[in-house]
Amino acid sequence: MATPSVPIPNRVEGVVDQTPPRTFAGTYLEVIHDWVVTVDHKKIGIMYISYALIFMLVAGIEALMIRAQLFFPENHLISPFVFDRLFTMHGTTMVFLVGMPILLGFGNYLIPLMIGARDMAFPRLNAFSFWISAFAGLMLYFSFIGGNGLTGTGTAPDVAWFAYAPLTERAFSPGHSTDYWALALIASGIGSIGTAINILATVFSMRCKGMTLFRMPLLVWLYTVVSGMVLITISPLTACQAMLTIDRYLGGHFFDTQAGGSAILWAHFFWIFGHPEVYILVLPAFAFANEIIPVFSRKAIFGYPAMVAASVGIGFISLGVWAHHMFTMGMTSFGNAFFTLSTMLVAIPTGIKIFNWLATIWGGRVRFATPMLFAVAFLFQFLIAGLTGIMLSVSPWNWQLHNSYFVIAHFHYVLVGAIVFMIFSAIYYWYPKMTGRMLDERLGKWHFWLMLIGFHLTFDVMHIPGLLGMPRQIYTYEADRGWAIWNQIVSVGGLIQAIAVAVLVYNLVHSYFKGREAGPDPWDAWTLEWSTHSPPPAYNFASDPVVASRRPLWDLKHPEDPDSAFE
Amino acid sequence: MFRVRVIPVLLGCMAASCSQAQSGSPFVNTNIFEPVSTPAHDVHALSLFVLTITGGIFLGVSSLLVYALIRFRCRPDDKTEPPQVFGSTQIELAWTIIPVLLITVLFLGTARMIFAIQDAPKPANALDVIVVGHQFWWEYRYPKYGVVTANELHVPQSTKEHPLPTFLKLTSADVMHSYWVPRLAGKTDVLPNRVNELWFDPHIPGVYLGQCAQFCGPEHAKMLLRVYVDPPNKFEAWIKAQQQAQTELPEEGMRDQGSGIRGAATGGATVVRVNAQAVNAAQSSNDVNAHTGQMVFERQACVNCHTVKGTMANGRYGPDLTHLMSRDTIGAGILPNNQQNLVRWINDPNDFKPGCLMPAMHLTDEQNEQITAYLLTLH
Repeated sequence: MATPSVPIPNRVEGVVDQTPPRTFAGTYLEVIHDWVVTVDHKKIGIMYISYALIFMLVAGIEALMIRAQLFFPENHLISPFVFDRLFTMHGTTMVFLVGMPILLGFGNYLIPLMIGARDMAFPRLNAFSFWISAFAGLMLYFSFIGGNGLTGTGTAPDVAWFAYAPLTERAFSPGHSTDYWALALIASGIGSIGTAINILATVFSMRCKGMTLFRMPLLVWLYTVVSGMVLITISPLTACQAMLTIDRYLGGHFFDTQAGGSAILWAHFFWIFGHPEVYILVLPAFAFANEIIPVFSRKAIFGYPAMVAASVGIGFISLGVWAHHMFTMGMTSFGNAFFTLSTMLVAIPTGIKIFNWLATIWGGRVRFATPMLFAVAFLFQFLIAGLTGIMLSVSPWNWQLHNSYFVIAHFHYVLVGAIVFMIFSAIYYWYPKMTGRMLDERLGKWHFWLMLIGFHLTFDVMHIPGLLGMPRQIYTYEADRGWAIWNQIVSVGGLIQAIAVAVLVYNLVHSYFKGREAGPDPWDAWTLEWSTHSPPPAYNFASDPVVASRRPLWDLKHPEDPDSAFE
Repeated sequence: MFRVRVIPVLLGCMAASCSQAQSGSPFVNTNIFEPVSTPAHDVHALSLFVLTITGGIFLGVSSLLVYALIRFRCRPDDKTEPPQVFGSTQIELAWTIIPVLLITVLFLGTARMIFAIQDAPKPANALDVIVVGHQFWWEYRYPKYGVVTANELHVPQSTKEHPLPTFLKLTSADVMHSYWVPRLAGKTDVLPNRVNELWFDPHIPGVYLGQCAQFCGPEHAKMLLRVYVDPPNKFEAWIKAQQQAQTELPEEGMRDQGSGIRGAATGGATVVRVNAQAVNAAQSSNDVNAHTGQMVFERQACVNCHTVKGTMANGRYGPDLTHLMSRDTIGAGILPNNQQNLVRWINDPNDFKPGCLMPAMHLTDEQNEQITAYLLTLH
């Protein structure tokens, strides 16, 4: 059994490097300059996360406006033109300017720390990826004042987040709003590819001594799969954006049905990106769960090799299910059956993951701190989301449910109920490492319960109007359909979630100045990031760690019962 | 920390209770769990099968989870670590194989239904309808009958003894739409440059509502569907009426009273246009208004977009108006079809449907009334 090169006493206090953290003495300009030119993965990670949280507030306000308009049938609060921009920007912002950055931000921050590396493999590529993603977001929002929509000047994209052709062709979208959409997404795609390359290079070549691939934390495995998927799937998105732009400006007819082009071609290209994209968004949520649930159950993750296989399996299978978004487009019965089967197959590795988490909790000593509260809610909610996904994979039933509020309920169950809840869990878990201070636990519990109640009020009830025939992306609805009461409950839930997020924002800011000192290892955890300062020094580790198992800190804290004896 | 969620069961109950509430309620029914046609019935049956399986999975897994969270919660002062368990090959094999079996069952049942609905053979007596989706209205053509209409589809009732399904061919004149009448069938997308197919065989007469289900522009929300399922004799009568052409209204002094098929027109356009100004300055009798209205209709831009079969109006861009007054609604199902709404619609369609592609023609109020008087004669 290899011993680490530096001894770490029982509770990992008085950490490896005794040099006190440098108090930064500099003017505001010097501080800002430092952050703007940094190539430090930790600072870049924090910038990604902060950028994403700001856009989450913006997209959340867009959602609240949508819910206000839909509160009453035949409501005239918001015109159809503004409404169309709101739901387009809400979806595009949440996926590309919140989901991707926050998840890549956590990856950036945690991966080098978890594998005992000093930084990512390509620090300047890292900085470039962040800044081009940030630029893409600003360009997309610039469209509100610079774009030109279907009916008017100065508008944001209004063609839905998946921008089906030929609505996006010049004939039907004469202004520039669609162009802002296409170009912003091409730019943010470049940023995502840069980060994916970085993660893969880092994971494959910068693990510390003793850390074989099968001793990496599962978070690192999942981010490896995510990065592979990003490399494969962003290309079709960029390709179809390029083809659309060629149609709009260079006389192309890829999707121009009036000249023989194909609307269904756009759908294939978009969804062959779009479906793996949502798995790219959810796999990091699994990654956080894989780190947080064991620590708060006080047990190692159950079935590590199966978890690795399931993660890779989900990655592969998710590349082959995209046409389940197109069951109603008139594919042959064989095509529909094929994609039904492939979509159902994803349930198998996903189920394995849920069962493994259940088995991790089983026989443990569960501590219900705020990160664990969010993780437990994630487990229930992801289970339900997966089951409504099975319902949607059943092609004939999909012919009823497609493009209805049932689908919106399903995917928000995954995006909010699984992904956002795990993001919140990750924030409470790693904020102490990033800032050196604990988030307030009482405020955390308020945040959790408000979020839980608001989420369920909105997204449980939202399934019902879908079953009652309410399609999506409509700015109003007839009063005699019986959908009003359900829409009203859904809107109230949205307000409650907004209050919950406000509590979080207050907590984040307040605790930065007044939070309890965290120390290096406030949660009594087992992966390498908890063996260094909070926040870590610029170089991460004073000397390179050497590990002998999947839980190096467990080995040190329990020399009588090390994991390395069992793996 | 007791939390049990019974969402799928609750969904089923709530949807069922909604449907019961709706059958005697002021709300119209677009509940996918209240089918009146074979494809919708089949989907309903399949959905119950799927709900049973997923509901069972949910109850099983969530109760285990709740149990584990309660039973294995950390007691307050307990600082010890539990025994570390890293895995179990048998258990992991079991919970891999059982899902595979469940998926197999689920898939086979689903695949059977896909083929049954999508590849259903078309009987010889099926009614053919061509549906053309437009921004933001629906065009219907009955090729065997030479009938063209808009927004309100009439189909015959189909019973077990006398099956008479309707087979639709769907295409779009502009962007992507989707044809969704929940109680009749699942939706099928309506694509430009492509023909998709949909069929249904409703066995209960009545009006079934739906709407466009693929975002197609600002007034996507107001592209409503109304399907009238008529008993066979009523359907025959409707078709016959739709097959009649209108005529140019005769000059004043040679009028028939009221609506319906007119006497032979007295020759071409010149007769109709005689003494227009004198006519305009005259009384406000309905006949005169209708006659004048036809003149205004044909001399303004209306005929560029609209067809009135049997007259010189044969525009194709907008809905066919030949038998406008046989319809209950205008604007693709959003307004009751009456004199007041017609006047207001013609005055400015964007008052009701901002973003719809019929522009306000900026006519005078009097001209609007006259056009409406003419339209009111188009039974």
